[in-house]
Amino acid sequence: MTTATVATPRRNWKRFIPRIIQYVFLTLIVIVVFVPIIMLVFSGLKTRGEAYTFPFVPPIPPRWDNMKLILTTPNFWTMLRNSLLVLAGTTVSVVLICSLAAFVFARMRFRSKDLLFNILTLGLMFPITIAILPVFLLVRQLKLPDTLLAIIIVQTAFSLSGNIMILRGFFLSIPMELEDASYIDGCNSFDFFWRILMPISRPALAAVAALVMIASWNDLLVPLVVINKEALWTLPLGTMQFQGQYGFDISLVNAFVTLSALPTLIFYFFAERQIVTGMTAGAVKG
Amino acid sequence: MDTAVAKKTGRMPLLSYKAQNNLTILLFLLPAFLLFFLFIIYPIVQSVYYSFFSWKGFGPATDFVGLDNFAQILKDTIFHKAIFNGLLIIAMSLGIQLPLSLALAIMVGRDLPGRGFFRMIFFMPYVVSEVIAAIAFMGLYNPDPTRGLINALITLIPGVEPIGWMGSRELVLPCIFVVMTWKYFGLHMLLFLAGLQSIPTEVEEAARIDGANSWQLVRFITIPMLANTIRTCMYLSILGSLQQFVLVWVMTKGGPVNASEVMSSYMYRYSFVRFWLGYGSAVAIVMLLISLVFSIGYLRIVRQPEYLAAS
Repeated sequence: MTTATVATPRRNWKRFIPRIIQYVFLTLIVIVVFVPIIMLVFSGLKTRGEAYTFPFVPPIPPRWDNMKLILTTPNFWTMLRNSLLVLAGTTVSVVLICSLAAFVFARMRFRSKDLLFNILTLGLMFPITIAILPVFLLVRQLKLPDTLLAIIIVQTAFSLSGNIMILRGFFLSIPMELEDASYIDGCNSFDFFWRILMPISRPALAAVAALVMIASWNDLLVPLVVINKEALWTLPLGTMQFQGQYGFDISLVNAFVTLSALPTLIFYFFAERQIVTGMTAGAVKG
Repeated sequence: MDTAVAKKTGRMPLLSYKAQNNLTILLFLLPAFLLFFLFIIYPIVQSVYYSFFSWKGFGPATDFVGLDNFAQILKDTIFHKAIFNGLLIIAMSLGIQLPLSLALAIMVGRDLPGRGFFRMIFFMPYVVSEVIAAIAFMGLYNPDPTRGLINALITLIPGVEPIGWMGSRELVLPCIFVVMTWKYFGLHMLLFLAGLQSIPTEVEEAARIDGANSWQLVRFITIPMLANTIRTCMYLSILGSLQQFVLVWVMTKGGPVNASEVMSSYMYRYSFVRFWLGYGSAVAIVMLLISLVFSIGYLRIVRQPEYLAAS
């Protein structure tokens, strides 16, 4: 008995050494993740002079002048509005269009189903970065440049393949009996889709929506190519232009960047679970 | 059968059950395929056509040059540099970023207290836009040690001179790669964590009982059982490297002196800065072919990736 009480703490202490190393290492990475963001915030809360003379110290006391300046000029709010409009348009259309198609591929039987599905998955091989010039030429032919609609349509088109695959996988996992039961109760396939499948798929739809939102919100390339009018700039595009224009005033730029990062970070801390679910959908099998 | 049901419920179906079904299929697939063909397939086909012309974008393309654009691209040393840089980014992603993500995932494991916290923090950069990441790191890379944090830190070590990070032709690409890693290691870690969840604990316990130490456990149990996830991450990583544009464009625009040029920045410059749309189309087609060959090769040689949704 006495030997046991002496021996156990010693063994535990030894077992904890790797744990401690683990935590030290992980904490180091946490610091590396935070440093760039914290430096932005610090610099954004200083005056221009302070940002040049004392770039590395915390902003004590914080100077809110830059933030106030940005929030009281209309530019920032216009960009925020544009980004939100694009985000809403893209998210709604991706979720709707993809769930319609995913439902057909998961639940209906018809000739050439596999062929059509394979054609659609081809889209994964044509990412928007590579196809941007071809798409721009089409947008120009359709007389769509300088509209938010163009951004929404292009973002939607290039989000189809991946999200249809994710949703199809999810719809396949819903038990067949549910569908049979609904048909016996007199539902047709549309009723089943709209009244049963969509409501019970809410978690999967939320995950897809969260991913689409992040991609749309952060997208620079499509607005950069499609939009000329300053009144239609989205936040990433505006942020880039702001940096180019006011690069001499680091604290002002960083205040702007901080403010434009804020919505994403807030969203992330609220929707982390959905985002993580969406991101790992399908990978769990791997 | 249909009519019987209809009589019971009191409404006559306008269409037979089968016709109704076919109509549903048609209507449900229509929006996806319409967008897909109009905004993905058609533009690409059209660009194949334009790639045979010398065309500045005004009026119809009339100056047919055959394969000259392609010959020009393949001869251009800047394009060679872009391909080389792309391969370098791929090599660094596979050799540094993925092992780091895997090591972190194994460290966080499945039962470390604080697991959720670490996962949340490590994945956070993924949701920050590339523009913001680029601007944040440009500040850190500032060559002046009184302004840039990284040089301020390294010059604390006696005898170390400040380094010109992004102004250096040799270091600019590794600098951009660090930002890529900062932003994307969390994604790969997340996928590895999901893969770890699917390894049955019994296997690891059995190995423990047989006397395997931690390293042996990782080497002979964990990594082999994560093979599929590792392959998926490699696929995403290579495809992501081939598509890298925003970080390069915001941080360096391909400079200094084309030292950080990648294929997409090369295409962007010719298409949207110089407006050589025929030439730009040819570059796009070359890039598409490279990505297509890679994807088909991967599917043929390795397997169907089970996870394809990342952008």
